[in-house]
Amino acid sequence: MTDTIHHDDEVAPELADLHLTDKPDGPGAAMMISAGIGIFVLGFLTVLAEASTGAKTWLQKWEWGQGVGPLAGKTTVATLSYFLSLAILWVIWREKNVNLKTAFYIGLALGVLGAIGTYPTFFQKFAP
Amino acid sequence: MELSSRETWAVIHGLILGTVYLLAFGGALAGLWSLKPGLVTTAGVKERMRRLYVGFGAMAITAWLTVITGTWIVYPWYREKLAGKTFEKCAGLERPSSVCSPREFLLSNAGGDTEEWHHYGMEWKEHVAWAAPMLATSAFLLVLYYGPRLVSRRWLRMSVIIMLVGSFAAAVVAGAFGAFINKVAPIR
Repeated sequence: MTDTIHHDDEVAPELADLHLTDKPDGPGAAMMISAGIGIFVLGFLTVLAEASTGAKTWLQKWEWGQGVGPLAGKTTVATLSYFLSLAILWVIWREKNVNLKTAFYIGLALGVLGAIGTYPTFFQKFAP
Repeated sequence: MELSSRETWAVIHGLILGTVYLLAFGGALAGLWSLKPGLVTTAGVKERMRRLYVGFGAMAITAWLTVITGTWIVYPWYREKLAGKTFEKCAGLERPSSVCSPREFLLSNAGGDTEEWHHYGMEWKEHVAWAAPMLATSAFLLVLYYGPRLVSRRWLRMSVIIMLVGSFAAAVVAGAFGAFINKVAPIR
């Protein structure tokens, strides 16, 4: 956590007339990290479904008879992870100044790992 | 001129929503890139922010609608099981039909060397596409939350641009493979 105080109208004088109040960076950090979490879960479940028949069957149950297959579970759980982590982190950090650069790099690392997990040449290596 | 119900949904998913997303991306990127100190007046900042909220919001909404319609409406038609375990009903066909779904047609190699369109193209597209709405939504929320403060915070602005471009990259992979696959094995 940091106690950064921003000086927006000193960097950009055209903002002075807008009388902007300073906002904590916690919610911004939540937005950055949650996107990484959502993509990471997506990639992780893609690999897991390839490696485990049990996981694939469980993920397929999320299709509710629509014929989507295990993709239904992978994408629904990933989407829920994204929105839940966003809501939880936002509430926890709503009045805190969290280091945005650190949050961005955490989100970026999770996002890159997740993206690798969705790449066929990678996840198909885990097929039994 | 006629489109079947399935073709209509494929058009809504890939062409209409995809086009709106691309237009919104172009506007959002241009607007955010030039949101720098000294380039815009106070009145200009207010006007620019309204356009950014609309552009980023449209991008996030269309990204969600695109992946939801793609996964839950179009994709089940793509992966129907009609042709038998060895895709025997696809033999001799030049296009998918009522007895051979697009997925089965690609895997059967009935129309040429098409198997990798599914194993590589579709498998990548169907997964990575879902990164686009998550990144677009977080980018939208960041623009909404910080608003005009983005003018003075270069690093934050660049972070949002990276998320925006990441969303676009995921959408390009999904959109490009979607277009190619629909050319080789159209949904009818």
